[in-house]
Amino acid sequence: MEFNQQRYKRRQRSNAIGLTLSMGAMVLGLFVLIWILSVLFAKGFSALDWNMFTQSTPAPGTEGGGLANAIVGSLMMVGFSVLVSTPIGVFAGLYLAEYGDESKTAELTRFVTDIMLSAPSIVLGLFVYAIAVATVGNFSGWAGSLALSLIAVPVVVRTTENMLRLVPGSLREAAFALGAPRWKVATLVTLRAARSGVMTGLLLAVARISGETAPLLFTALNNQFFSTNMGAPMSNLPVVIFQFAMSPYDNWIRLAWGGALIITLSVLALNVIARVFFREKSAV
Amino acid sequence: MSVGAAMSSQPVFVETSNPNIAVIANRQRIQDIFFHRVTQGFSLLVLAALMGIIISLFINAWPTFQKFGFNFIWRVEWDIINEEFGAAIAIVGTLASAGIALLIAVPLAFGIALFLTETCPVWLRRPLGIAVELLAAVPSIIYGMFGLFVFAPLFADYFQVPVQNLLGSLPLVGFLFGGSTNGFGILAAGIVLAFMVLPFVAAVMRDVFEIVPPILRESAYGLGCTTWEVVRRVVLPYTQKGVIGGIMLGLGRALGETMAVTFVIGNANRMPTSLFSPGTSIASVLANEFGEAADFHLSTLFALGFLLFVITFIVLSAAKILMLRAEKAKGF
Repeated sequence: MEFNQQRYKRRQRSNAIGLTLSMGAMVLGLFVLIWILSVLFAKGFSALDWNMFTQSTPAPGTEGGGLANAIVGSLMMVGFSVLVSTPIGVFAGLYLAEYGDESKTAELTRFVTDIMLSAPSIVLGLFVYAIAVATVGNFSGWAGSLALSLIAVPVVVRTTENMLRLVPGSLREAAFALGAPRWKVATLVTLRAARSGVMTGLLLAVARISGETAPLLFTALNNQFFSTNMGAPMSNLPVVIFQFAMSPYDNWIRLAWGGALIITLSVLALNVIARVFFREKSAV
Repeated sequence: MSVGAAMSSQPVFVETSNPNIAVIANRQRIQDIFFHRVTQGFSLLVLAALMGIIISLFINAWPTFQKFGFNFIWRVEWDIINEEFGAAIAIVGTLASAGIALLIAVPLAFGIALFLTETCPVWLRRPLGIAVELLAAVPSIIYGMFGLFVFAPLFADYFQVPVQNLLGSLPLVGFLFGGSTNGFGILAAGIVLAFMVLPFVAAVMRDVFEIVPPILRESAYGLGCTTWEVVRRVVLPYTQKGVIGGIMLGLGRALGETMAVTFVIGNANRMPTSLFSPGTSIASVLANEFGEAADFHLSTLFALGFLLFVITFIVLSAAKILMLRAEKAKGF
């Protein structure tokens, strides 16, 4: 049999080059992840101390200080936006999964949700500024919450829909055969079966909005002092990190690293928990 | 017994024989309609939000559009005191940094997707896949801080200075590497952005590579193709639309990203003249100037936001349509 040795060699060579480059890309990606995390851990842990959780952000030029006000502010705003976006997201997701195949509205909603999922978050901040800050006259924690909800809702809608669609059709058909009305099937059978998946979506939404900075710049702004008043400007971790990292003060930069570590650890932990949670429940 | 017999032959008779059933059925029908409308109302909220964003941005931007018209897009001025504004500098910065980001991220993402679907041992696939997804979960402000404190100084010393010495004096391309070498600028922002969008693009590519029917792949292997040839000539053409959709999704992300860019782009309202020169993007102009803006300046910033939203909307819609088509192709 004729065998073009040269051609065979060339093909093998290009295969080897291609696969090596692809492995290189994977190694580079992992390297960047590890590099970022190790820098963050090294600088963040050296900045962490007890004061970070008990004291408020320091004034320019003063020593010490912590992030207590920013941590509380972030928790409150994220908490409220979860309260708002959970019902909206879950019900909209139910609609898309239940009636999504038969209506044009649902198709359009799905399309728009997917776009909102990646829409520039800073523009959402502009929008909330226009409707909730410019009209009221002052920056507020409520506005910050609203901006975060706008980001969280699409995440919840899409994961809820996807998880509801994973529920076996036989389960729903069995419920229908027993004479259950559609709303009971949707809420008491399908939604209940997809519970852990929906929880996963909520956790991912929390993880997503915890690190968002851009939408809070024009809505919650910042507050140097400890405040739990949602009607006033409110301190929050991402904006504090942004302002402190760009500042010339050493202790501010140190606090920024500490805050960055807190945010990243919580976001990564939420992601891991969401994954473990979903895998365990869905394995049953 | 009599009920069972009636059920099979005359179901209508049974329903009417028990007046409660008719009442229950009627009530359930009303509840169903109610449920339908309520959930529909919630999903319409999402549409309302989109309309609200477009309308409110446009209304707030109107004074600027009225004054400059379409020329706003091409004007290069950015003079806050004399209220002479143009979007060109920010648009160039946005497009250039996002373009550089994609040039770097797309080949890397392709490599990662190829590795995860073809060459990676099965037991490693899951952990590596999770690692990529964790990279996607890292908040963008962390990328920004990393770029500012760690990447920019290294980039200045080990890339900008040597490259400028080597290529800066070349006749045609030299100007690209001119300017200051302090680590900040369009190229630095593009590189940081690249690593931010890399996991998104890689995840989409991996997902579409996985939908290629095994029989296609195995036929190619059966004909004696190498792994590279299978990916290059079978998998890639088959998943073309999905791959382009994933790239567009990354582009949409890169265009609208604020934090990762603002920290390293240099924030200068000048037209960039080289890859190293500082510039600005629409998102970073907004982040930097919105706090101190008032009146007409504010409306200009809204106009920039409107432009950014329209651009990303078009890019993301295209991405979505391509990915939907790719999904449909899965059918056969």
